[in-house]
Amino acid sequence: MPKATVTFQDIGVSVTVPAGTRLIEVSEKVGAGITYGCREGECCTCLTKIVSGHEHLAAPSVLEDQVLKDNLAPRHHRLACQAQLLGGTIVVKPA
Amino acid sequence: MPAAVRPDEGVVVAPGVHWIGALDPGLRSFDIILRTANGTSYNAYAVRGSAGVAVIDTVKENFSATFFARLEAVADYAEITTIVLNHLEPDHSGALPELLRRAPQARLYVSHQARPMLKGLFNPAEFAGRITAVGTGDTVSLGDRELEFFNTPYLHWPDTQCTWLAAEGLLFSGDFLGCHYCDARLFNDAVGDFRFSFDYYYGHIMRPFRAHVRQALDLIEPLPLLTIAPAHGPILRDDPRDYVRRYRALSKSGLHNTTAKTLLVFYISAYGATRRMAEAVAAGAESAAAEGGGAGELRVSLYDIEGSEPQPFVDLIEEADALIFGSPTINGDAVKPVWDLLSSLTMVDVKGKLGAAFGSYGWSGEAVPMIEDRLRRLKLRVPVPGVKARLAPTDDEFAACRRLGREAALHLLGRAEARVIDMAALA
Repeated sequence: MPKATVTFQDIGVSVTVPAGTRLIEVSEKVGAGITYGCREGECCTCLTKIVSGHEHLAAPSVLEDQVLKDNLAPRHHRLACQAQLLGGTIVVKPA
Repeated sequence: MPAAVRPDEGVVVAPGVHWIGALDPGLRSFDIILRTANGTSYNAYAVRGSAGVAVIDTVKENFSATFFARLEAVADYAEITTIVLNHLEPDHSGALPELLRRAPQARLYVSHQARPMLKGLFNPAEFAGRITAVGTGDTVSLGDRELEFFNTPYLHWPDTQCTWLAAEGLLFSGDFLGCHYCDARLFNDAVGDFRFSFDYYYGHIMRPFRAHVRQALDLIEPLPLLTIAPAHGPILRDDPRDYVRRYRALSKSGLHNTTAKTLLVFYISAYGATRRMAEAVAAGAESAAAEGGGAGELRVSLYDIEGSEPQPFVDLIEEADALIFGSPTINGDAVKPVWDLLSSLTMVDVKGKLGAAFGSYGWSGEAVPMIEDRLRRLKLRVPVPGVKARLAPTDDEFAACRRLGREAALHLLGRAEARVIDMAALA
């Protein structure tokens, strides 16, 4: 099965995950500092900075894109409850 | 209080510039978080140029009648070409929809950050096609004079900006450099002593954003300031630079730290178990500093929360790099003095600091994860899992406390070992 490696920069932990895993599924388990509100891509509480490897995430949905715009999210920021890890190495930290 | 302001007239601030705001002397609480012994004012201004009039900010909605009466005394609605909102909070934007209706030819100038927020505050149909988003260096002409914008976000909302009228050396600063002090004499050289209000307002509104305050000051300080016209409180025409200097001083750290990093351990303890755990955490942190061998690298300090009101600890925390909290669990919760301190931390910027938790318990031990959750919600990083000890801590549990302190210190000093985990190994 294809794998991705995601590093949570704030806690210094890297996790190898199956491709397709959403950030939310792993960040809570390792105690990373990303916090969650609605968990459905609407509230923007889980805004996360993609420090590197943004190209290894599935493209944002129309809904996520709109929420990011409405909340003035800077470039290379994603919602952890939506973003799927597709492969390669991705480094993230709470926005 | 002398009635220096007549109810239906503007007040001259500079040639072609009138104050057209409203006084609210009876207000005693603002935004829930501030007391206002002297009420407040909602300052709005009209700026006349050869090709039109600009209105800068409005007032709280229930003061609209006063605002419009003063505006009508200095300008016709047909002359208004420009409306500037330096800040969208309802105490400054309350009369905006009605102003847009009365001056349908006027364009609205707000910061780029304000534009999407307008949709959340008003019916978008009210201003469709009439908004210009502006940033630092953008200008709008009033004919023989122009307004220039400075993007100064997070003072204290994302949308805040300042507007500069170079022709008069006049800065319309929004909430920045303002205060809640209502006095009909309006100008800082005429009103009562409001210095305490100026500092108090900074402490409650601006302090959590002090990094943004410093960035704004970098933009504002080079200007040849003659007058600062904030959105609340006295207009600062006598020595306006004194207030800019005060903000610079307030936004700096206090006494310099003697070490590169500081780690604070706070605890509260009923029978001494959590206190002894705190001592072990502090000892573990000290050991990490000693291993590094670098003198002046880390200062570790231990504090009994019971020994102080929250405020001095908040001052301490603002300057610290790591915060570790110890609380027993009583009735399924961390104890109130811990929450009192944790709920006070919104007054300062704690984002990105390192946090951790520990504590003893009798049955369930909820305090530690609850504190960790609060720290994450405050946007601290919590890289080291907390330590719980049931009833009297064992030697192993004291050792776990020392490891907690040590690992937290290593993270702080950038010497923590990177961990690599397979997701399958996570519970």
